[in-house]
Amino acid sequence: MALLEVKDLKVRVEEREILHGLTLTVNEGEVHAIMGPNGSGKSTLSHVIAGKPGYEVTDGQILFKGEDLLEMAPEERAAKGVFLAFQYPVEIPGVATMTFLRTALNAQRKARGESEYSTPDFLKKVREVSKSLNIPQDMLKRGVNVGFSGGEKKRNEVLQMALFEPSLCILDEMDSGLDIDALRIAADGVNALHSPKRAMVVITHYQRLLNYIVPDFVHVMSKGRVVKSGDKQLALELEESGYAQFEDAA
Amino acid sequence: MPAVQETVERVKRIDVDQYRYGFETLIESDKAPKGLSEETVKFISQKKNEPAWMLQWRLEAYRRWLTMTEPTWARVDYPKIDFQDLYYYAAPKPKKTVTSLDEIDPEILRTYEKLGIPLREVAMLEGVEPKVGEQDPARRKIAVDAVFDSVSVATTFKAELKKAGVIFMPISEAIREHPELVQKYLGSVVPTSDNFYATLNSAVFSDGSFVYVPPGVRCPMELSTYFRINERNTGQFERTLIIADKGSYVSYLEGCTAPQRDENQLHAAVVELVALDDAEIKYSTVQNWYPGNSEGKGGIYNFVTKRGDCRGNNSKISWTQVETGSAITWKYPSCILRGDNSRGEFYSIAISNGFQQVDSGTKMIHLGKNTSSRIISKGIAAGKSQNTYRGLVTAHRKATGARNFTACDSLLIGDKCGAHTVPYIEAKNSSATFEHEATTSKISEDVLFYCIQRGLSQEEAVGLVVNGFVKDVLQQLPMEFAVEAQKLISISLEGSVG
Amino acid sequence: MNVALAKTGNGRAVSDLFTSAEGRLPGSPAVAAVRREAFETYERLGLPHRRIEEWKYTDLRALVGEVLPLAAAPDSAALKRAAEAVKAHAVAGARKLVLVDGVFAADLSDVKALASEASLKTLHEALANEANAAAGDLLQTATTDAVISLNAAMATDGVVVSVADGTQLSAPIQIIHVATAAGASAFTRSHLRIGKNVRATVVESFVAAGKVGGYQVNDAVILWVGDNADVAHIRLMDDAPDAVNVTSHFVTVGADVKFNIFNMTAGAAVSRLQGFITLAGENSELSANGVNLLQKTEHGDTTLVVDHAVPNCVSREVFRAVIDDRAHSVFQGRIIVRPDAQKTDGKMMTRALLLSDEAEADNKPELEIFADDVSCGHGATAGALDDSLLFYLKARGLPEKQAQALLIQAFVGEAIEQIADDGLREHVIGIAERWLERRS
Repeated sequence: MALLEVKDLKVRVEEREILHGLTLTVNEGEVHAIMGPNGSGKSTLSHVIAGKPGYEVTDGQILFKGEDLLEMAPEERAAKGVFLAFQYPVEIPGVATMTFLRTALNAQRKARGESEYSTPDFLKKVREVSKSLNIPQDMLKRGVNVGFSGGEKKRNEVLQMALFEPSLCILDEMDSGLDIDALRIAADGVNALHSPKRAMVVITHYQRLLNYIVPDFVHVMSKGRVVKSGDKQLALELEESGYAQFEDAA
Repeated sequence: MPAVQETVERVKRIDVDQYRYGFETLIESDKAPKGLSEETVKFISQKKNEPAWMLQWRLEAYRRWLTMTEPTWARVDYPKIDFQDLYYYAAPKPKKTVTSLDEIDPEILRTYEKLGIPLREVAMLEGVEPKVGEQDPARRKIAVDAVFDSVSVATTFKAELKKAGVIFMPISEAIREHPELVQKYLGSVVPTSDNFYATLNSAVFSDGSFVYVPPGVRCPMELSTYFRINERNTGQFERTLIIADKGSYVSYLEGCTAPQRDENQLHAAVVELVALDDAEIKYSTVQNWYPGNSEGKGGIYNFVTKRGDCRGNNSKISWTQVETGSAITWKYPSCILRGDNSRGEFYSIAISNGFQQVDSGTKMIHLGKNTSSRIISKGIAAGKSQNTYRGLVTAHRKATGARNFTACDSLLIGDKCGAHTVPYIEAKNSSATFEHEATTSKISEDVLFYCIQRGLSQEEAVGLVVNGFVKDVLQQLPMEFAVEAQKLISISLEGSVG
Repeated sequence: MNVALAKTGNGRAVSDLFTSAEGRLPGSPAVAAVRREAFETYERLGLPHRRIEEWKYTDLRALVGEVLPLAAAPDSAALKRAAEAVKAHAVAGARKLVLVDGVFAADLSDVKALASEASLKTLHEALANEANAAAGDLLQTATTDAVISLNAAMATDGVVVSVADGTQLSAPIQIIHVATAAGASAFTRSHLRIGKNVRATVVESFVAAGKVGGYQVNDAVILWVGDNADVAHIRLMDDAPDAVNVTSHFVTVGADVKFNIFNMTAGAAVSRLQGFITLAGENSELSANGVNLLQKTEHGDTTLVVDHAVPNCVSREVFRAVIDDRAHSVFQGRIIVRPDAQKTDGKMMTRALLLSDEAEADNKPELEIFADDVSCGHGATAGALDDSLLFYLKARGLPEKQAQALLIQAFVGEAIEQIADDGLREHVIGIAERWLERRS
């Protein structure tokens, strides 16, 4: 069964239609890249899947593991296994990262009817994962993302991804604001999470990221629709010829 | 701290010599009998040939005023005013009926020339006139209405404005010529019962400016009024009413001066602005009334009520003020943000020196949805003056999405003055977003030293810092006024800053 | 009951409040004269109302209307109920001084434990001491208004604590005010004299015994902090949801002092803390912080006047309000810098979080500055919870209420973290958590 099915999705923001009937199917274990110029609706898609307020779905549906995702609150979607790595992770002053991780993880487990993590198990797990991502322990004591560099913020997103073990990871412009070293560390973290049960949707403007996270499928979006799909070769073609050829196709 | 000491010494030396507008014009004038009574009100109304409804309006205000008491909440201190010891009306005695500028008393024209205000249109047209549609900011035309004591003496560029459909005339004329507009809007923003001074003004106002900009019209030039108090013991009570009809735009400038006299003179004006749907009004003031002498004797009591009503959706009212004069300033140009998406702005520079007392600020009253306001206030206190910012920002229950940003900064020069900040911030619904910040400091010794080390004199360095301090507000003024205002700031602080 | 209308123009009823209580009010004839004068002042002014600038946002005439009659001295049943409340609200390890319905309860207090480190008298004793000609001064304060005058006239008891120079208190002193009587008022006044080089923490808690409500509290604290002392003064107001609490603090701070104040408002239908803090010695540092947690139709007012009377002092104020339902929070903070108080560094930050469309936050942060070589400032914000933060938390699996609670805790945490003592801080966080649980 498909993990994620987006069917003929139409979305408006403040009376303006952004997505004009988008269709996308993602199966377990697959890595999909969604590419497109600015304003093509890539980030809108990720926000709608995660349930961000302010978007009006006027038509179509999103099924996740066969269930209607649009009927669920954002936190229910998270508990079901939808994870959005934010393009701009917010800063939450006063909430220690450690407190946040634990509260979120246990909220998800509780929603799934699972027992809460014991403190030693939790600490062990966080330490393991943060070490592999090169995240210093003192960073975990600070407020969530407060005073973090761009690279640190993205690594914090990957850390959460590793902890929460979602079945669908949506990476929204993960490369924005990162230098090549920071990008490599973050991408390595993502690759380590690759598994036959987990799917990734990588949203990016540039081909660069796909050198590190190699997609099985590439979709090109333009003006609120998927205008072309192919394999990783398509990304390289785009690098050569740019998005202009698709502007008219939409 | 030798640098500071020097500044302090300079502040001490400030005296009346700095007031360059303190001369008196010798002309004959026509006065109402001293004191205030129903007869005075009737006298003024009669002098103005007013219709019966206007007299009735005034008399109602007068009767109301008799029941009111002077406000005491402001941080200003002055002896009780004897309202029976004032003249409420003084007009330059016309030699004969005036039909053109040439027939105005040359003394008055010379007065305005001395003040740097060109009443003769030709003066503005010197040199090459800009081509139609081309806006050369340095040579923009300005239409001027000059108010001498209580009456308007000249309004320029009437014909050109008329072509655009803009009405710009003394309010006394408007009462006769456009009664439907005056009756509809007068007192609709500042009701006759509003406050002690506004009510007094409603009873005895003698003149002022009236502006009406019809729908969709962008007023082709800056409109400007210059107020001059000349007579002794005379209260000046102007009334200004500006209406920007749907989709229109107007920029209005106001300047004030007075001769230096030992006694205090009262100035209690009322300004009402109405902006309908999509309209914008920009109102700028450079207030330079006589501030009193170095002992604190004399000077104008400037007790003014200014309020704008963003009545229509998407309307905008912007107040900019440079307050350097007056012995006492009591004024709070405000915006009622009634229309949805309307916007109010208040940019202020208030400088006090000598014994001046300033209590000024604004009120931003958010009533409509998604309204926004911005307040930038710069107070500079020197000498033995007291300088208070007082401001209210309030978002009512239904004003969802209201936003305000306020920054008020005070600078102290010398250790005998006071700078105070009294904001009232009232949020009555959860979608209101308010941000307020205020600072009070003196000019940094480090900054001064840095400048001086780079070769600036003490005065230049202080001037530089003060100019930087007020820059955000000066930028809001139309260019002609910005230059004048910058000069004024220097003059006001002369001796204490460059 | 409730006959004592506290409005001018109803002199007879007002006087009843005083005359019916007079027999119970301790003091020599000289003290009685001070009381009578104070009462006359109160009678002339009546309860504060919105036309009094300092009370603009807290109109007691409209909110309270009347002052309830003096509470009876607690009987053994009342003391028993009070003991349970004390147990529930005691700070671990603190030395307790308990006032029940305005009367000192020695049996509930740690009088012996405190004796080695501080001297203790009750206000009742101090006022009744015929030998002390200046006893009336205990009822005088530098600043006064109608509620302070009323307190001077009606104060039945309180504690008079003195900590000698050089003492390091080994445990906090906790003054616990317990109300056991509905429909009655308690008037208390305490004097705390902290000597030079002292290290001390004083906590004041206001609580109700069991489910009692509908009472009024009018407390005054006069505090002196000696040179070079390091003092924390923490007030925790957790009164019954339908109670009224008006507290006035008068603090005089010496030189080279570190002084930390914290106030938490987490109960009462109508409450006001008005603090008048004078920095009277140079090189002192004041940290004044507070949290208002309000729900239902509660009205909570925190008013702080910080007076820099001398040069070279630093003051920092951090204030947070969380307002739910139809509650109304008021913060008035005034920093005064006197003409000679050069090199003053005074900053104040107040933020209000509105959780409901009908909540109201009024902020009046004032600067009144008469010296030039200063660096002063204040900031104020008001707004709702940040939607983007809420969404981030929800996207990570937190339900709405839990996400809100986390953000609210972080919001008030910025003020609470100014409390240095770990145990006390946890105690305060506990009060905040209980408040969050009460949210509907």
